Amino acid sequence: MTLTRRDVEKVSLLARLRLSAAELETMTPQLDKIVHFVEQLNELHTDGVEPMAHALDLRNIFADDEPRPSLDRDAALSNAPKRDDECYRVPAVLGE
Amino acid sequence: MSERPYDIVIGLEVHVQLKTRTKLFCRCSTQFGLSPNTSTCPVCIGMPGSLPVMNREAFGLALKTAVAINCHIPEFTKWDRKQYYYPDLPKGYQISQYDLPMSEKGWLEISDPKGEFEPKKVGITRAHLEEDAGKSLHDEVAGKADSRIDLNRTGTPLLEIVSEPDMRSPREAKAYLTELKLLLEYLDVSDCNMQEGSLRVDANVNLHIHNGEGQKIATPIVEIKNMNSFRAVERALAYEAQRQYEVYQETGRTIGQVPKQTRGWDDQAMVTRGQRHKEESSDYRYFPDPDLCPVITTAAEVEAVRNNLGELPAQLRVRLESTYGITPYDSDVIVSQGRPTVEYFVTLAEATADGKRASNWVQQEVLRVLNETGGAISDFPVKAAGLAVLVKAVIDGELDVSRAKEVFNDMVATGKSAAAIMQERGIEKVDSSALKALCAELLAASPRIVADVKAGKEQAVGAIVGQAKRKNPNVSPGEVRAICLELIQEM
Repeated sequence: MTLTRRDVEKVSLLARLRLSAAELETMTPQLDKIVHFVEQLNELHTDGVEPMAHALDLRNIFADDEPRPSLDRDAALSNAPKRDDECYRVPAVLGE
Repeated sequence: MSERPYDIVIGLEVHVQLKTRTKLFCRCSTQFGLSPNTSTCPVCIGMPGSLPVMNREAFGLALKTAVAINCHIPEFTKWDRKQYYYPDLPKGYQISQYDLPMSEKGWLEISDPKGEFEPKKVGITRAHLEEDAGKSLHDEVAGKADSRIDLNRTGTPLLEIVSEPDMRSPREAKAYLTELKLLLEYLDVSDCNMQEGSLRVDANVNLHIHNGEGQKIATPIVEIKNMNSFRAVERALAYEAQRQYEVYQETGRTIGQVPKQTRGWDDQAMVTRGQRHKEESSDYRYFPDPDLCPVITTAAEVEAVRNNLGELPAQLRVRLESTYGITPYDSDVIVSQGRPTVEYFVTLAEATADGKRASNWVQQEVLRVLNETGGAISDFPVKAAGLAVLVKAVIDGELDVSRAKEVFNDMVATGKSAAAIMQERGIEKVDSSALKALCAELLAASPRIVADVKAGKEQAVGAIVGQAKRKNPNVSPGEVRAICLELIQEM
């Protein structure tokens, strides 16, 4: 497959990245190269190989339902670009 | 159904918060109503390097529920990242299940005790285990354009139960929700509190319109959100069906010609309103969460869960009807009250050997008082065994039902036993020869009444019954009546 500028625009929207026209120009062929690199995997013959649903071999890793202390609120909020005494503050969520 | 020119097609998505002490992937408390942002940690607020670990109890509760709604449990299940940006989703993705959910292809049977629709099995597409998002709080302070975010709820375990589009009326949808909620309560897997958000419902609805030529035309599917009670679900669906029919008549638009729309129910205005279309919202770019290990559930484990479900509402109704001879309506009322009420009824029915009478007493007296006082049956001052003594006294003719209800009210008010109150009130069975003597005495004093009855006015004997009750409150009106009529006949 070949990535188009439109594909990259869509991916950047989904990732909430605002790319300039110049950046789109540079990144489209770069991303295209990455996809093509991964496409080499198609050259392998996988007939008879069971599809892998997960990269880990571990199964059934559980923790008991026992509460442990949470973060102090000030610590939790300390990375927020904007906050008040209790909450993170974000630009108003419209439409819902 | 037939008078409407369309069928309503309804599928429901129910999100249930599972009753765990801690979150799905970290050990922060799930307690409702904590001060904002006091129950979070690096895992649930998505700090780099943190590692989620599955809550054993959450998986167990999800499995129990899935088995109870007759789902197939695949041996292998895994979790996936569902990517989207929203302020209440700190990681930028929700850990959910995509192509290999923990359960699928189940069903739940619904029926209407008043027979307003035929019993049917509603298919369940899948039930999967995922994490909840945080909450946006509305800032009341004027002039501030920000939203405030509380992440305490972030990571709370949710079971999403998706039905097939098998319901054909708002009433069927409500019956499905009612039955599902009752089942969840019997399983004790969730608080099912819609006000606190531990049970949330979204509906997908469209119409199949009969075009008069034997064909059915499907209208675009609409997802309805923001319904805060089962009644709201019923109303929103009824409103939406009518709205879609009107829009179709106006525009002729059918399914596929417009994208799926999301509408919010406004409970005050009683209308659905279009919500802002989330751009590209369907492109969630799911992929397996590399931090979480898959879970294997063996057939033996599923069997063990199945064997430990206990008696569930559908089975209980059948048992109460067949063992105690009560009607489907009555069994539904009792079972809907929950397990403690069922146990109360069973104890009473067994002790009195009279299921119908036990059912009447539970519904007309016990549940009436509980409704008035708002109490729970487990705290009810009159225990089933104590009530059984009173009901047996009625069966044995020691007192009639109306007096027994007075005794019952005293038992509720004072906590004393039936025997103690009957003794206080001087209630005892009237000896049959004494009763006959009393009747004879009263009749002798009322030749007019005797004459009236002989002339065919049988109801005239009622006056004697009243007199007898005044002379001795312990007499049974039915017995007095029967004896008097017999005596008059012999006169």
